Amino acid sequence: MTVSPDLDRRFRDAAVALDLVDLGFDVVDSPVGPLLVGVSGSGLASISYDTLPEEALDRFARIAGRRVLRAPRLVDETRRELDQYFEGRRRAFDLSLDLRGLPTFTVSVLRELARVPYGATTTYGSLAKRAGHPRAARAVGSVMNRNRIPIVLPCHRVVGASGDLVGYAGGLDRKATLLELEGVL
Amino acid sequence: MPEVAIPPFERFYEEHRSEVLRTLRGKLGVERAEDAFQETFLRALRAYDRLTDGVHLRAWVLTIARNVAVDAYRRTRPHDEVPDLPVEDGRPAYEELATLTDGLPPKERAAVVLRYGYDLSYHQIAAALGSSEDAARQAASTGVRRLRRRIDP
Repeated sequence: MTVSPDLDRRFRDAAVALDLVDLGFDVVDSPVGPLLVGVSGSGLASISYDTLPEEALDRFARIAGRRVLRAPRLVDETRRELDQYFEGRRRAFDLSLDLRGLPTFTVSVLRELARVPYGATTTYGSLAKRAGHPRAARAVGSVMNRNRIPIVLPCHRVVGASGDLVGYAGGLDRKATLLELEGVL
Repeated sequence: MPEVAIPPFERFYEEHRSEVLRTLRGKLGVERAEDAFQETFLRALRAYDRLTDGVHLRAWVLTIARNVAVDAYRRTRPHDEVPDLPVEDGRPAYEELATLTDGLPPKERAAVVLRYGYDLSYHQIAAALGSSEDAARQAASTGVRRLRRRIDP
């Protein structure tokens, strides 16, 4: 027996309203393709270019707890800020972030990354220096590669010392698109 | 018994929502089944982060649904007899327990079947019955005492 979309949505909204969801997720459309966005009670926890929820459910549960539910309402605020960013009407995000479970080094690098402004780029080495680990450019690269909140934590603004784009977990095309949007390329 | 991983709630919900809705429609009709459906999964969600084992999740959520249906039925027809609530599971051991407990008051019957047929914790049973853990324990023990008196008067 099929559960109607209306009944399904009412249950999901009620679960959010009663604060019974550890992490709510939904797909957000964007110029770099659909994004799977996960938001917990602590803030934005995940943005993924791979939108198959089946793969992501266990990951979400490890981050926030097993009460993981597709819940558009929990994602609405992130959706609104992402829309504004992609329309060129937002240069910084006002979202709180959920970085639970990440190693200290990763968190310190991501906090520095968050300070790289819209429309600017930096290098892996320079980011490593600012995070207090001047010789850790490679490790910084791997933190960028595993960044679980791309776009909002702008790892697309980190490039090689020569200015080459070098790499991006979502593919170099997406990195170029984001930098073009910000007027860098 | 080895612990079975408890799936993220979304997976649990997708797996059981059709059967829960079918069960509730059978008991309450199309219209009233909708509110009961929402209440069933909200009750499950309230208890979900404290579950300790992933076995028998189907029996668990169907029991919640049956109890939500009983509550809904009582609300609308307070003076009627509560409808019979068979345990809808094909496994013979549970069927036997279901037959044995036939005739117990619904809450006691559900508590006994979930505790001794499915080996669920009192926390899970409490969530299924919409009651406290103490009340669940009480219902199971009263049910067992009643059965003993019936078998060995």
